[in-house]
Amino acid sequence: MGHTLVEKIIGNKVGHDVKPGDIVTVSVDWCMIDDIMVPFAVQKFEEMGFSKVANPDSVVLIYDHFLPATQVDDSRHFRVGDEFAEKYGIKNVHRTDGICHQLMTEAGYVKPGDIAFGTDSHTVTYGCVGAFSTGIGYTEMAGILGTGELWIKVPESIKIEIDGTLPGNVTSKDIILRIIGDLTASGATYQSLEFTGSTVDALSVASRMTMSNMAVEAGAKCGIFVPDEKTCDYCKIPYDDKIKALRADDDAKYSRILRYRAEDFVPVCACPSLVDNIKPVSELAGTKVNQVFLGSCTNGRLEDLRAAAAILKGKHVVEFVKMIVTPASRKIYREALHDGTIEILSDAGCIITTPGCGLCCGRGGGILSDDEVVVATNNRNFLGRMGTSKVKIYLASPVTAAKSAIAGEIVNS
Amino acid sequence: MASGSFEKVYLDADKEIELFKAKIWKLGDDIDTDIILPTEYLAYETVEEMKPYAFSPLRPELAGQIQPGDMIVAGNNFGCGSSREQAPEVVKALGISCIVAKSYARIFFRNAINNGLLLIEQPDLYDEVNEGDIAEVETGKEIKVNGKSYTIASLPDNLLEILEAGGLVKAMRKKNGLE
Amino acid sequence: MGMTMAEKIIAAAAGVKSCKAGDIETVTLDRLMSNDGTTHLTIDMYNNLKHPHIADVDKLVWIIDHNIPSDSPKTAASHKKMRDFAKEHGITFYEGEGVCHQVMMENHVRPGELIFGADSHTCAYGALGAFGTGVGCTDYLYAMVTGTSWLLVPETIRINLHGKLREGVYARDLILTIIGRISANGANYKAMEFVGDGMAHLSMADRISICNLCVEAGAKTALMEVDDVALDYLKEHGRQPKAIFKSDDDAVFSQVIDIDMAEIEPIVAKPHFVDSVVPVSECEGTKIDEAFLGSCNNGRIEDLRVGAAIIKGKHVADKVRFLVVPASRAVYKQALKEGLLDIFMEAGAMVMNPNCSVCWGACQGVIGEGETLISTGTRNFKGRAGHKDSFVYLASAATVTASAVRGYIISADKI
Repeated sequence: MGHTLVEKIIGNKVGHDVKPGDIVTVSVDWCMIDDIMVPFAVQKFEEMGFSKVANPDSVVLIYDHFLPATQVDDSRHFRVGDEFAEKYGIKNVHRTDGICHQLMTEAGYVKPGDIAFGTDSHTVTYGCVGAFSTGIGYTEMAGILGTGELWIKVPESIKIEIDGTLPGNVTSKDIILRIIGDLTASGATYQSLEFTGSTVDALSVASRMTMSNMAVEAGAKCGIFVPDEKTCDYCKIPYDDKIKALRADDDAKYSRILRYRAEDFVPVCACPSLVDNIKPVSELAGTKVNQVFLGSCTNGRLEDLRAAAAILKGKHVVEFVKMIVTPASRKIYREALHDGTIEILSDAGCIITTPGCGLCCGRGGGILSDDEVVVATNNRNFLGRMGTSKVKIYLASPVTAAKSAIAGEIVNS
Repeated sequence: MASGSFEKVYLDADKEIELFKAKIWKLGDDIDTDIILPTEYLAYETVEEMKPYAFSPLRPELAGQIQPGDMIVAGNNFGCGSSREQAPEVVKALGISCIVAKSYARIFFRNAINNGLLLIEQPDLYDEVNEGDIAEVETGKEIKVNGKSYTIASLPDNLLEILEAGGLVKAMRKKNGLE
Repeated sequence: MGMTMAEKIIAAAAGVKSCKAGDIETVTLDRLMSNDGTTHLTIDMYNNLKHPHIADVDKLVWIIDHNIPSDSPKTAASHKKMRDFAKEHGITFYEGEGVCHQVMMENHVRPGELIFGADSHTCAYGALGAFGTGVGCTDYLYAMVTGTSWLLVPETIRINLHGKLREGVYARDLILTIIGRISANGANYKAMEFVGDGMAHLSMADRISICNLCVEAGAKTALMEVDDVALDYLKEHGRQPKAIFKSDDDAVFSQVIDIDMAEIEPIVAKPHFVDSVVPVSECEGTKIDEAFLGSCNNGRIEDLRVGAAIIKGKHVADKVRFLVVPASRAVYKQALKEGLLDIFMEAGAMVMNPNCSVCWGACQGVIGEGETLISTGTRNFKGRAGHKDSFVYLASAATVTASAVRGYIISADKI
């Protein structure tokens, strides 16, 4: 019987055929630990009694949630991370370079076919390059640090097939929000989302990243794309037979198949306060907006900044409304400086902050107050995520976000 | 039975909790990790410091009301969202004996097991019980509330091993010859 | 008897022919600046007034700069209060456009004006020959409601600046040296007036930096004569002077200090007092965790140019966080055009949006227990930048950048 993409990745790793439901122990290619979780993972690692890290070169520490630090205890996390790295010979430490999930592929760590775990739920992002990656807790991370491996249950797969040409105002964010709405926030729990079809093939790696990133919002264990030439260009590796073999068999078995026509997608928002509360922008037109946030591991990339700049060029964010732009990484910020994107955004009145998780993780970057409304390009609109529980968060694409900023309300596009 | 008190019956000397009574706190669907513990409090050094803020976006008074031994009953997708392990840790630290939900988010499920917090999946109970009801739980078998019995499944072996070791840390300590 | 510059501005604002130090005058304010540090408190008091009223709304300028973007629900609530009030009453309002004093210098301050700011560093406006002074929110509210306030006419300390700063020595070193000399309360209630042939060698950026820090010697205000440098700056920003004053030859000064600028050397103010100044060499080697280039004191384009020239082609030391924070959007854009932002970012610095940042210690770049910051900010008080047990050294843009590169305090000429 044929295999899905995730079954192949796991099978390759363990050296034998696997099927959904199998519990297997895999060796881990990459461990990502973010600054919030560093002290906890270190503490558990020590409690477990390990004397060394099994594979220090597979470990990447990234400080991003607490940058810039807003609380006096934040820098303790950096210190604990630095000391741990020094003690166990971990060389991959990113202190001010950007968001972890952006860096794990951008900085050349995760490649197609790899297996990666991270102490953050959006670790699913690396599915954009055809890797199996998922979020775990810090106790399990401590176990991997010591043993280099982890048990996993081979997931069933849901195939999402999208064919055709997207309307001009629709981005991959609208696609994934719609899919989450259709699946519901728990509809893919324990499962792998496999994205295929001509529309998906035409998407940039950055756009795919947005979709992989949000797979977890439907409960999925991972959200993966077949690696293609674009993927290999991005990862700076040859598009060889080994990569070409990383695709599902024609007779692979899926628990469910969802088929979409690209032409049917419209701009949408996830409305307060559930990620699967999806409504077309047309139904939300006129909703007053106090703030717009463009950034995060979901939509803080160059193409997102450019999409917003195309709308904001020569215009200005409406008075008494703020638009906060937080590039996902140092590299992206610099590229956006070089190509003039930042200047356009600044001329339009955007507040451009230093790369990091920013407002998405709710520890700074534009926290809101009671009854305020924010249109945000990130991945979660949970109650209280960006301030008090009376803040209303609408998740949207960079296009919808930018349009809302100049109109002061959600506009139909 | 007074609020907060609970009985523990040892059916088997090797296994700690087998039969107990617990007061129900009822929450809804999609109780996310930001509700269980908001990001603001994640960096507190100890779980004890985090405890008062558990569930604060939804019910700020709840953490103060929960008594050791109480249980949480919830709908679908309990623990969705972030991988923050502080979420199950803080629930356990509040003394919650177990959570009974229609379903759990994946990462939360693993994290809870790794911390020795008992999670029970049960499709019907949520719709038929009220907050304040007292449940009698027999792990791996059934839950009784208001005279009605609800069947529950037992966990896969590899997870039971971790639970029985008292969490993943203890399991690893054993592996490293420390326990 | 002659009058000082401070006396003349107050006399004009009070509508009297003359006044002298020690007099109490009722003055009409030209402008009232308030920021998100305290405006929400002012609004609360305003709303409790029996007959709430704003004397002249056109004189109010409100600026959100301390905690932008907001870092907590509490901050967000105070910002909302401020924004809503400004909107309702038509108050000139800036949010995220830069540090209040820089925004004021770029857009509002005119020579001869008397300005209250609900922020101690309002004395910066003396660089344009305006009498700026910091007030609390009660004073601010009274002025907002009545358009007037009472003012004790200050004595003036005159500081004669001679000669020129040596290469690698900055206005920051000069004013820290002066504060060190007269001490942190050496100018309490007084005006500090800067004159002399040395003024010709000081740019507007230098002058703002000097006046800005005078409050750290306790001064009520700082003043400089309006010359071509100041007039050019005004013209560039599309404004005209209100009035140009200078002290009379026979004016009475409480103290006259002569400074030979050529003798100034790079210095740092050690924790936890601004007047605890020593030559950089004395602190050389002190390990740092964070460096900050920015604030109303040293976040201007001239400062960024100094920093960028030092760091270009080098890299921020391992484990050091280097925060570069332009003082305003105008500074940010200019730095962008000149390629400075890219130089900083390539070197590993964190470029932030214009705001008060770690100088204010509550928003971005807060330091932890036992950590050390070297900063171009205004203050190094205990706990100012974060944890109560942390350390702040104040220095020039050059010293801060050099230290960021090395990871310990060092003067720029040594790297």
